[in-house]
Amino acid sequence: MLFGLNILLYFVIIPVLMLLGLFLCQKDNMKQIRTVAVVGSTLLVALSVYLLVDYLALRAAGETAQMLYTDSWCWFENLNINLAVGVDGISVAMILLSAIIVFAGSFASWKINPLPKDFFLWLILLSTGVFGFFISIDLFTMFMFYEVALIPMYLLIGLWGTGRKEYSAMKLTLMLMGGSAFLMLGLIGIYFHSVPEGQQLTWNIVEIAEKGAIPHDWQLFLFPMTFVGFGVLGAMFPFHTWSPDGHASAPTAVSMLHAGVLMKLGGYGCFRVSMYLMPEAANELAWIFLILTGISVVYGAFSACVQTDLKYINAYSSVSHCGLVLFAILMLNTTAMTGAIMQMLSHGLMTALFFALIGMIYGRTHTRDIREMGGLMKIMPFLAVCYVIAGMASLGLPGLSGFVAEMTIFVGSFQHTDMFHRVFTIVACCSIVITAVYILRVVGKLLFGPVQDEHHLKLTDATWWERFSAITLIVCVAAIGCFPNFFSDLIKFTFDPEFFTVLGLIK
Amino acid sequence: MDITMPLMILAIPLGMFLLLGLFGNKMSHKLAGWLGTLGMGTALVLAYTTAYQYFFSGSELFINAAGERLQYAVFDYTWLEFTEKLIIKLGFLLDPISAMMLVVITTISFMVHLYSLGYMHGEKGFQRYYAFLSLFSFSMLGLVVATNIFQMYIFWELVGASSYLLIGFYYTKPSAVAASKKAFIVTRFADLGFLIGILILSFYSSTFDFVTMTSNPQSVFASTAGTMFMGGSVLTWGLVLIFMGGMGKSAMMPLHIWLPDAMEGPTPVSALIHAATMVVAGVFLVARMFPVYIVQESALEIVTVVGALTALYAAIVACTQIDIKRVLAFSTISQIAFMVVSLGVARPDFHEGLGYMASMFHLFTHAMFKALLFLGAGALIHAVHSNDYTAMGGLRKYMPITHITFLIGCLAIAGIPPFAGFFSKDEILTAAFNNSPLWGIWMTGVAGLTAFYMFRLYYRIFWWNNPDYGHHTPHDGPWTMSLPLIILATISCVAGFIPFGEFVTWNGHEYIIHLDWTVATTSIVVAVCAIALATVMYRKENATPTRMKNAMKGLWTAAYNRFYFDELYIFITHKIIFNLVSRPIAWFDRHIIDGTMDSFATMTNYASEKIKGLQSGSVQQYVWVYLVGALLLAGAVIVFVI
Repeated sequence: MLFGLNILLYFVIIPVLMLLGLFLCQKDNMKQIRTVAVVGSTLLVALSVYLLVDYLALRAAGETAQMLYTDSWCWFENLNINLAVGVDGISVAMILLSAIIVFAGSFASWKINPLPKDFFLWLILLSTGVFGFFISIDLFTMFMFYEVALIPMYLLIGLWGTGRKEYSAMKLTLMLMGGSAFLMLGLIGIYFHSVPEGQQLTWNIVEIAEKGAIPHDWQLFLFPMTFVGFGVLGAMFPFHTWSPDGHASAPTAVSMLHAGVLMKLGGYGCFRVSMYLMPEAANELAWIFLILTGISVVYGAFSACVQTDLKYINAYSSVSHCGLVLFAILMLNTTAMTGAIMQMLSHGLMTALFFALIGMIYGRTHTRDIREMGGLMKIMPFLAVCYVIAGMASLGLPGLSGFVAEMTIFVGSFQHTDMFHRVFTIVACCSIVITAVYILRVVGKLLFGPVQDEHHLKLTDATWWERFSAITLIVCVAAIGCFPNFFSDLIKFTFDPEFFTVLGLIK
Repeated sequence: MDITMPLMILAIPLGMFLLLGLFGNKMSHKLAGWLGTLGMGTALVLAYTTAYQYFFSGSELFINAAGERLQYAVFDYTWLEFTEKLIIKLGFLLDPISAMMLVVITTISFMVHLYSLGYMHGEKGFQRYYAFLSLFSFSMLGLVVATNIFQMYIFWELVGASSYLLIGFYYTKPSAVAASKKAFIVTRFADLGFLIGILILSFYSSTFDFVTMTSNPQSVFASTAGTMFMGGSVLTWGLVLIFMGGMGKSAMMPLHIWLPDAMEGPTPVSALIHAATMVVAGVFLVARMFPVYIVQESALEIVTVVGALTALYAAIVACTQIDIKRVLAFSTISQIAFMVVSLGVARPDFHEGLGYMASMFHLFTHAMFKALLFLGAGALIHAVHSNDYTAMGGLRKYMPITHITFLIGCLAIAGIPPFAGFFSKDEILTAAFNNSPLWGIWMTGVAGLTAFYMFRLYYRIFWWNNPDYGHHTPHDGPWTMSLPLIILATISCVAGFIPFGEFVTWNGHEYIIHLDWTVATTSIVVAVCAIALATVMYRKENATPTRMKNAMKGLWTAAYNRFYFDELYIFITHKIIFNLVSRPIAWFDRHIIDGTMDSFATMTNYASEKIKGLQSGSVQQYVWVYLVGALLLAGAVIVFVI
């Protein structure tokens, strides 16, 4: 409780207040708009840190319930739809991630043009959806927030984007809506089988999991529905093609938010809905999706090797890294799943950093084609050093977040008792080499070597708000990389080990 | 044991890296350089004290009543817990080899820090250079004191990254950028093997911890018995894959191609990373896991074969190179291969695993004399401004200090008594002969080649002819450059007399070294003959070398082009991976997968385009459709129902 209200509700209230504040701003008064954005996002960061501390204190005090801060308000009684909230370690981690990225994103769009007010309105609406999604434990409200987070993307890309923005915006929205259609079906199916015959149907995740009443045959149908539905947003092969186009066209802050947080909605949903509610089906059907996600991992990395547009490279790299998230979730053991969540955090932060930097470089050179740039280290050392750090995080340098996440995934996956899973783990491991290839290719071409274009020589290095945005993200990436056990413990507590022993997945 | 000192050995270089990395730009060159050097000096003192305590204090923590040296983890913090048993810890393991490596690393690193004050004087990015040197020292120290295989892997990656940063130090030079990229990717590929090896071993042993793994490998790996994978036992697979990681870092064939290119980095870096410390990490890794390797001798045999082939290959190539740093690079590859072979032929039943001791002994002496040679080469390049010996000659008159110290280095590597290399190489040859006469003769031959190409280099630089250096007369470097040369030369003279077997053996038992005179005499005779041949051919400018070259044209060209390994790699990476894998995948993604998605949209568009004609708004048309529909329906009812 905070000021008499459930603390989780503030994660929706603050963005809504920010929206109101933005409405009151004058149309082109950057100062007012920035103030609202910065104050609001700082509050969100502070609140999520408070939540983290409070959550850990509660756990330390011996709180063992699956979800903490649970609360429920009836919304539509006939269908038993509630605004039910509650968090566990995973949600706390995701909320923290979202808050940090919204914060860094506000600084990265310091000089957004045109229509700054509208831009921030949509951006904050999007984050309202994101926070709402992470705090919900009611499938219906969860889905509603999910849609709230997706729709603004269309306008954000279509209006403020670059290149083929209308096409990309349309493609992204339609593909994600296609996923939502599957998802909707799956969720309704879950609702109708949520409890044994004769009891009151429910949307509440915790209750459904406790009852475990979804019949086996239905699970086999509903699991793929929800997994694919969320998987589209998680860039699962072959439903990932919205990602390169979408990212390439999106403005900086939107790319950051989209790759950093929105794609995590997919992974989180797969975990929270598909795996958590239907573990038996997950176990039986895992092999199909393991093949798909395993392909994602290697295929995305190979595709990234030959791209020439910086954003395409990162979009494909996201396909590879997010593939690893879903891959690890499917391994169905504590270590691999912990790794999956850590990979989400890590990927969220470092991709946001990448997109922020690409945006900053693009804002100066007006090109994203690596063939037209070179030797930027000499011209803008700060941005270049940050880019190298982001690259190192991406290729898994110890001390940065990528390494711990990937290693947790690989070690966890390799503990699987089945030979098939272990062989596939080795296939996924190969991505660490390919990642090194495309990262070093970009770094070598873009930052090192002689200066390619003489006009670039007079460009300036990062401004203070750009530095601030980048440093925030780098500090977070290094924090996860240096103190992984803190995050691993936070996440791990959530998993009930019996969950896997029942399935016979642990030695 | 007090943990402050060991902790500081790691913390000081790390602190220096952060300090110089974050605030270096605000410092003067002088301040940054001396800060780094003093930091390393402190670490050196602490490391020496720690090693001294370990070897000589006689504390029961380090040596038991039976005189066996023990492994002792000074501290071991949990860093990341995967499962209850699989835990990554960050610790500090003291045992004979890690204590020895502490001495080697801090000595060479300090020498290089000092030397660079002169060598890198006035370079742009001087502070960055010192920051990276500190990062490297930290990572390398962390690697050798690792208490578990995952900690080793962590620092393994970190040394790889610092090596990448230092090779690419001159980042505006495309060749340096390409070389750094190549080094990183080739070693990364090897590390993939290392990682998979770790996964396999930890899956069966349920531990990462070195002490647990090596103290009783038979029972720890008992669960691997009978499990086969593609014709080999899983333990062999695991060990060979781990060795693959070592092959990458230690530049064993066929993963050696990055090392000669790595010479693009500043020369002191080559001395530190690519001659003395990082490149022996592979040898260190096998030594660390040695008790497990002897459980599975087939893995050791693979180690031996890889080492022997590499040793010969690199020695042949070294005979033809003209870039002095490349000659030294190939010589390094060849010498590391000696250590690898030595481990491969070591068997516990012969002289307390003589090969193991010999390998570590050679690692120690080689670090000293090879760093000396590289730093000497640096002084030459500094004076002549060229890497090729064709631009040198007759330098003995101009650079006396460099000349004498370089000669000592050459004598040491050639295996002439009483210089250091003789003693360690002799132990290796003894161990090789004991394992099989084939390896003994093979390695003696390679030792002869070593003496030949080193003296070829020596004569071409310091004798041969006397080119006109113009008004730019070459001279010895400043004292910061000469002092490390003199110190290292002194060590190279006396290091051979260290009773190494008393300190380092595979099981901690003491072993008194004694020379096997048959082996020693043979190797001396071979080395002296090789030096004599080099003297005849290269002491004075003459046509013999050219005649020899023309007589063996094919072999010479092939060796000069390093037997076309680089071309092979370029073919595989560019032609096959880029053009036949990546490009088709990218094309497939854009045109097939995305095309399918787009075609859904196009089809929808097309369909609605067609259907929309029906919504014409014309009432007559609607009535027509209504009538036709009603009639058809009525007809259907009549036919099917009535």
